Amino acid sequence: MEEQSLGQRLHIDFPLLFAIFVLCIIGLIVLYSAGGQDIDLVYRQAVKLLIALVVMIIVAQLPPAEINHWSVWLFVFGIILLVLVILYGDVGKGAQRWLDLKVFRFQPSELMKLTVPMMVASYLADKSLPPKFSWVLVVCVLIIIPVLLIAKQPDLGTALLVAIAGFSVLFIAGISWRLLAAMGVLVAASAPIVWYFMHDYQKQRVLTLLNPEQDPLGAGYHIIQSKIAIGSGGFYGKGWLNGTQSHLEFLPERSTDFIFAVFCEEFGMLGVLLLLCVYLFIISRGLYIAINAQHTYGRLLVSSLTLTFFVYIFVNMGMVTGQLPVVGIPLPLISHGGTSMVTLMIGFGIIMSIHTHRRFLSF
Amino acid sequence: MVQETILKDNEHESGLITKRVYFSGFIILLLILMIVSRVFYLTVLQHEHFTTLSKSNRVKITPIPPIRGLIYSRDGVVLAENKPTFSLEVIPEQIDDVDKLIDQLKGIISIEDSDINRFKKSLKKKRRFENVALRLNLNEEEVALFAVNRHRFSGVDVVAGLNRYYPLGEELVHTIGYVARIDEDDVKQLNASNYSGTTHIGKLGIEKSYESLLHGDVGYQQVEVNAQGRVIRVLERSAPKPGEDLHLTIDLSLQRIAIEALKNKRGAIVAMDPVNGNILTFVSSPGYDPNKFVNGIDSKSYKALLSSKDKPLINRITRGKYPPGSTIKPFLGLVALDNGVRKLNDESWCPGWFSLKGHEHRYRDWKKQGHGHTDLHKAITQSCDVYFYMLAHELGINRIYEGLSKFGLGKQTGIDIGGEAKGLLPSREWKREAIGQAWFPGETLIMGIGQGYALTTPLQLAKATASLANRGKIVRPRLVFKTSNSITNEVKALPVYAEDPITISNNTYWDNIIKSMRDVVHGVGGTAWRSGLNAKYEFAGKTGTAQVIGIAQDKEYKKDEIAEEFQDHALFIAFTPVEAPRIAVAIIVENGGGGSKTAAPIARKMFDQFMNSKGLISKG
Repeated sequence: MEEQSLGQRLHIDFPLLFAIFVLCIIGLIVLYSAGGQDIDLVYRQAVKLLIALVVMIIVAQLPPAEINHWSVWLFVFGIILLVLVILYGDVGKGAQRWLDLKVFRFQPSELMKLTVPMMVASYLADKSLPPKFSWVLVVCVLIIIPVLLIAKQPDLGTALLVAIAGFSVLFIAGISWRLLAAMGVLVAASAPIVWYFMHDYQKQRVLTLLNPEQDPLGAGYHIIQSKIAIGSGGFYGKGWLNGTQSHLEFLPERSTDFIFAVFCEEFGMLGVLLLLCVYLFIISRGLYIAINAQHTYGRLLVSSLTLTFFVYIFVNMGMVTGQLPVVGIPLPLISHGGTSMVTLMIGFGIIMSIHTHRRFLSF
Repeated sequence: MVQETILKDNEHESGLITKRVYFSGFIILLLILMIVSRVFYLTVLQHEHFTTLSKSNRVKITPIPPIRGLIYSRDGVVLAENKPTFSLEVIPEQIDDVDKLIDQLKGIISIEDSDINRFKKSLKKKRRFENVALRLNLNEEEVALFAVNRHRFSGVDVVAGLNRYYPLGEELVHTIGYVARIDEDDVKQLNASNYSGTTHIGKLGIEKSYESLLHGDVGYQQVEVNAQGRVIRVLERSAPKPGEDLHLTIDLSLQRIAIEALKNKRGAIVAMDPVNGNILTFVSSPGYDPNKFVNGIDSKSYKALLSSKDKPLINRITRGKYPPGSTIKPFLGLVALDNGVRKLNDESWCPGWFSLKGHEHRYRDWKKQGHGHTDLHKAITQSCDVYFYMLAHELGINRIYEGLSKFGLGKQTGIDIGGEAKGLLPSREWKREAIGQAWFPGETLIMGIGQGYALTTPLQLAKATASLANRGKIVRPRLVFKTSNSITNEVKALPVYAEDPITISNNTYWDNIIKSMRDVVHGVGGTAWRSGLNAKYEFAGKTGTAQVIGIAQDKEYKKDEIAEEFQDHALFIAFTPVEAPRIAVAIIVENGGGGSKTAAPIARKMFDQFMNSKGLISKG
């Protein structure tokens, strides 16, 4: 046995931890400005971040075999919770997403962002890859059940993310390109059928999603204001605390989903490049860990978690810069808010666990 | 060997996964490049454009609510209009301490606790940069007082708006209904951006059922504001699309005759045109003032309305359930002819009472000494009960149910306002399910004179009468016959809905029954002969007198209570002209006594007015 490094013993991946830390700091700095220089807000967010970091480190201590073992049960548990939400869920903002556990309210769909890729990875891990057609079918069912349950709440954004998390495992597992293309065609073909069965108001929502300028009082307002904020920032930005758009309260949701616009206004293109570098570092570290994982479960799960992390970033930035429809997805580790942060940190904990529990056998 | 293959597999697998990971990395790089180039486009290439926008800024988008469509009577009288009002509004994001602000404002303008409660509630729902109303309906003095002190309050302004007003007040409240402030239940259902500037929504009647037409589409403006948020100038404006104006089928002159007739009484009067279903009169008495509801009625007045014995809030036309009484007889006569149970000339002997074989209970006729030899014509014109006990007994409840349901009894009429009661047309199945008992023969007997379980709404009775007058053609009643647009002047006629007609074995039966109804008014010994005196035209009708439990709100039928509380309700159904009917009425006067004495003269008055105004009175 090789001598174990400090990181191995503590089950912490220091490069990843460092990058996450940097992101959190950036997040708090931007939040101070975006939240109208409210130090209490920053303080509360810092406490949430610390709690999430502790959760991450605890998760990292669990051996991957254990995580693999629990994947099925967590998945089943998650499905039961989703059914309970539909039956007894609290209605928040017109959708049933929350389960009131008396002590705290809990959003089971958030949990599914982790358990679905865990389940799929666990299912495929002991099979020889690339997956056979019948296995792909099983995986599709495993993904579609929770996705439909979440979509029924209705929370289309999360349903989409859960689907992406699940299918990314399938992609990494080496599903044949032909099958992938066939699934793509199937999805495209079913779109008009789904459209046919939708209510008029649902259709209206989808149309607004695709063309926000059509709804200048709702989603379109966000986009118009956020483009002004980003564009007026220029290459070097207006400087910290100097963003006029955000400070004059033109930009809605500036501390949550649209915080990237504040970042752009104050730190400019240069800041964006640096921020993307940090994100890219985390992503490449994740992919590196995935390639070097010692078992299929680890490889699949780590790749999937990393890819989903990127999807968050891409969808949020795409939305704020006006390239993608407005769906409520926060910018990972920067946006204000607690729920999605804990999910992300558990994900990083799993990645760290898989990386630091490797055994080096000397023959 | 086995181990070797597994090892090989593993190697192959990890190679495959690694390839896919590299591929994903490549895609990620491409997508990040896309984001970077977009940010480059916005921050570097478009920088100047957005800088100008941000400097001149203070560009805000505010909604412009559409103007709600007006409601007119058939002859063009405005029944619902929009009156200008002023309210005091606050922009939350510009206020540091809301409570302090309210205290300061109280020094100038009176602000009630209820205002503050409502203000704080809507404060939570709106975005921080959206106006929230603190006080509504400022009078001119208050507007002036605030204008003088305006410099002291940044983020507070007087906003002019429009308020719904019903000039005829309670005369049409059961038809038009009213609008009121949007509440939480409404918010869940409505399209949030289309209602972003709207404060009121239809709650009842036409205002509710035609909400989507009346409301119109929201407009918006891009405005430049100063640092305090006050509008400096309008940059771009997209005009709202005003709601459609509605034109009611209501004939105000007839409506007023009906209101006058029911003054200080409880009851309902409906008149409809059998040809197109147009409702000409729609009166439920008493009414109440809808204007009180528009900006929220105070709880004391509301309680008074709720607890009033006269139940003014209930729309008796669509929700009042009354036994049809003898008005059911022409319909039953037709069903009996159609089924071959009676021929036109079949006679029954009426000694003044009827008993079922083997039972002692005597079912009495309203005429103690009896009608003697009675055929169908006499049974209808003189409203002989015994004839119809026997007829109902021989028809049996199944055929009665089947025949009467063709006339829409026990079913909603489908009128274009909501909240309609179904009434009740009893059947064996209904009784087994609702009461858990078998059907008794005696219950069939009293069905023959429209008593017992049967309950109809005045509107159902009017529709059934129109269908009879029409010789089987059924049209759905409607209150709105066309819409018009105040901008484009485009007029749209709304369609007439014809339902499946009633078919019977021999069409002359229609004329037989209608002739009998004509003779109720104009024949020898007709129960409504007094109302037909000196008429320059002919009309057909049927009187009814019903014993009831007021408005049966509770579904449970309690036999004991009826015996105690013996009240007569006066009913009359009628139509004219007899050959080609253009108006059919159903009149119910609660506790009004006999139908011939109280209800029929009202029909005569209405018909006189109608025939005169239409020039339908034949000369000579």
